[in-house]
Amino acid sequence: MEAPLALLIGLLTGVATWLMLSRNLIRLLLGFAVLGNAVNLLIFTAGRLTRDVPPIVPAGAQAIEGAFANPLPQALVLTAIVIGFGLLAFALVLAWQAYVRLGTIRTDEMREAEPPEEAKP
Amino acid sequence: MSSLILRAATRVLAPMMLMLSLFLLWRGHNLPGGGFIGGLVATSAIALQGIAFGPEAARRTLVLPPAVIAGIGLAAALVATLPAGLAALPFFTGLWLKLDLGDGATLPLSTPLLFDIGVFLVVIGGVCAILLALEEDPETDPTEQP
Amino acid sequence: MSGWYAVAPLIVAVAAAAATTLAHAAPRTQRALSLGGAFALLLAAVALMDAVWRGGMIVVQSSNWAAPFGITLAVDTFGAVMTLIAAITGAACLTFAIPEIEERHRRAWFHPLSHVLLLGVCGAFITGDLFNLYVWFEVMLIASFGLMTIGGTKAQTDGAVKYVSLNLVATLLFLLAVGLLYGMTGTLNYADLARTIPTVGNTGVLTAAAMLLMAAFGMKAAVFPLFFWLPAAYHTPLVSVSAVFAGLLTKVGVYALIRAFTLLFTHDVGWTHQILLWVSGLTMITGVLGAAAQSEMRRILSWHIISQIGYMVMGLALYTPLAIVGSVFYLVHHIVVKANLFLIAGVAARLAGSMELKKIGGLYRAAPLLGVLFFIPAFSLAGFPPLSGFWAKLILVRAALEDREWWIAAAALVTGLLTIYSMTKIWGEAFWKPHPRGDGAAAPLAAAPAAMLAPIVALAACTIAIGLFAQPFWIVAERAAAELLDPAAYAAAVLGRLP
Repeated sequence: MEAPLALLIGLLTGVATWLMLSRNLIRLLLGFAVLGNAVNLLIFTAGRLTRDVPPIVPAGAQAIEGAFANPLPQALVLTAIVIGFGLLAFALVLAWQAYVRLGTIRTDEMREAEPPEEAKP
Repeated sequence: MSSLILRAATRVLAPMMLMLSLFLLWRGHNLPGGGFIGGLVATSAIALQGIAFGPEAARRTLVLPPAVIAGIGLAAALVATLPAGLAALPFFTGLWLKLDLGDGATLPLSTPLLFDIGVFLVVIGGVCAILLALEEDPETDPTEQP
Repeated sequence: MSGWYAVAPLIVAVAAAAATTLAHAAPRTQRALSLGGAFALLLAAVALMDAVWRGGMIVVQSSNWAAPFGITLAVDTFGAVMTLIAAITGAACLTFAIPEIEERHRRAWFHPLSHVLLLGVCGAFITGDLFNLYVWFEVMLIASFGLMTIGGTKAQTDGAVKYVSLNLVATLLFLLAVGLLYGMTGTLNYADLARTIPTVGNTGVLTAAAMLLMAAFGMKAAVFPLFFWLPAAYHTPLVSVSAVFAGLLTKVGVYALIRAFTLLFTHDVGWTHQILLWVSGLTMITGVLGAAAQSEMRRILSWHIISQIGYMVMGLALYTPLAIVGSVFYLVHHIVVKANLFLIAGVAARLAGSMELKKIGGLYRAAPLLGVLFFIPAFSLAGFPPLSGFWAKLILVRAALEDREWWIAAAALVTGLLTIYSMTKIWGEAFWKPHPRGDGAAAPLAAAPAAMLAPIVALAACTIAIGLFAQPFWIVAERAAAELLDPAAYAAAVLGRLP
């Protein structure tokens, strides 16, 4: 199962890179979202894929008998998803603010914080 | 958006989602669920309210400003980490208090539950703040023309 | 129970963030809580430094989960020094902020966000786990996003877009490296990684993960060629915000680089550290040349952050005991000096009316004392004896010469010279030349609130103290460096002795 997932991760990374190279802020953020998913899949795959029982200790028992799925990548991915979600949400608010205040979402038209042209030596 | 269908549906759905969120929060420690998921479900209810009746209605439903809710959650989560110190255990160690309710029933209260409630509130506060920021016009510097 | 010393800064920062949030409706209470929180953090950091200095490394297995299964917090001398210096910067900048921020800035959650930022920074210095480091980075990042846009000007929005976009990419690179490393070693605990990495057979993939981490941390640290977000954004926010950013945020990146390339990736020093050496040289030179082309105070200072980062990375890249001492010493000196320069720029702009050098002048005549206060960090930055920067540069250049890396020593010295050029430019334009709107256009120093001057004086005193009494600081840096170069001892402190 690892090989197809590796291909999928590669595909998503490619798509994300293409999106992030755009001058459009929204596309850049979409690229971030896609790349985030690619990275999460990578962590998940790096934890080895197994068809085992979920890592939940049955009621009354002290430990799980036999093999069980690796719970750590799931915890890591969940944390990463939460953080990615927070960052993306903030970035979207920022894009909206940029659209309202600067009147554009094209990054090459955003030059408010750059030095004025004539000030260059 | 002011659609009669949406408003009517929201009146029924939002309270149910809020109750579901509490249920998810409560069962979260040993079963799928938890503060984060519960918080997101509750936030969806608030967001639905915001879409159907406008951001002002959503703010009224929250009662407190979103960031204050997040602050209460942060404080709750912090308090949950401290009792371990009284028991001379490392930071964050989970402690359980089993209350005997009589008739053989016990109510297990724990620091992880308090922490989860903190997470629940932080998620509601944080995500609602962002959602409301998206629904309302951004504040700009009064000295500049947009 | 010594573990609680390591946790105390985090508890204080969370408590301050929560308390300032809850007191949002009461401005005076909120301000008092915010200041109180900043100084409580300082106390906690002093206590931590003291405990680490006397008792050695502090390790906390949070939730009582044994390492490497739980989240480990581990503070060695380096971590404690960085926490202390972060707390000093935080206290100074929050004091400065009291008169600076207006009601609408306060209402945009300035105080809670500041404490969350300090929480993230301290957490990054205290943790002993790579994934936990990622989490602290993000805490810091989210707070910095919020702080950067307080005020809502067009320039801020523009700067924030660039800052946010590039930092989002860095975040994912970090996570990618974490994923690869986890796949290879099955652990993310620093100490466990330090033990497991030498046993990994496929050093090629290991180096790939190392390079990804280098890129991710390098972007946070603003090294060549990943620094473009910094000069695009650091001159736009409030002065107290940009001073905290300038002092601390990039240095967290440097800290992570030092941690990763002393503790984790020492399997192929000839390759990784050689790249770091080139990166450091180019960072120094491009940073200082970039500064020479600017005409706005905070932009000049922002470019200088980049060039100074080069020095710190240079010490790491040389990877000799003396060079690491130099890096640690440089970090401490630089945070104090750079935060102070941003604060002084803030006061100068307040007195003279602008950050733009063309539009101001006459500050020496109006406020001679500010000139003196400017001279201390500015000359320290350039490396004049007997200020702190002199010793920092001396150690690093000496380490380079001992290692026979002539060109990097030359680059460091040339960068120092060019730094003087930029500092004299600020001096000549802002202080010496008459104000373009005539005499009296620049206000005297008395016009600046005392709460703004106090942190400047305090930080300047730190700079002088490090310069005149370098010996104790040298001893601390030496011990920090010795610990950094002994990963086995770190692993043993966290995991116990090998059977």
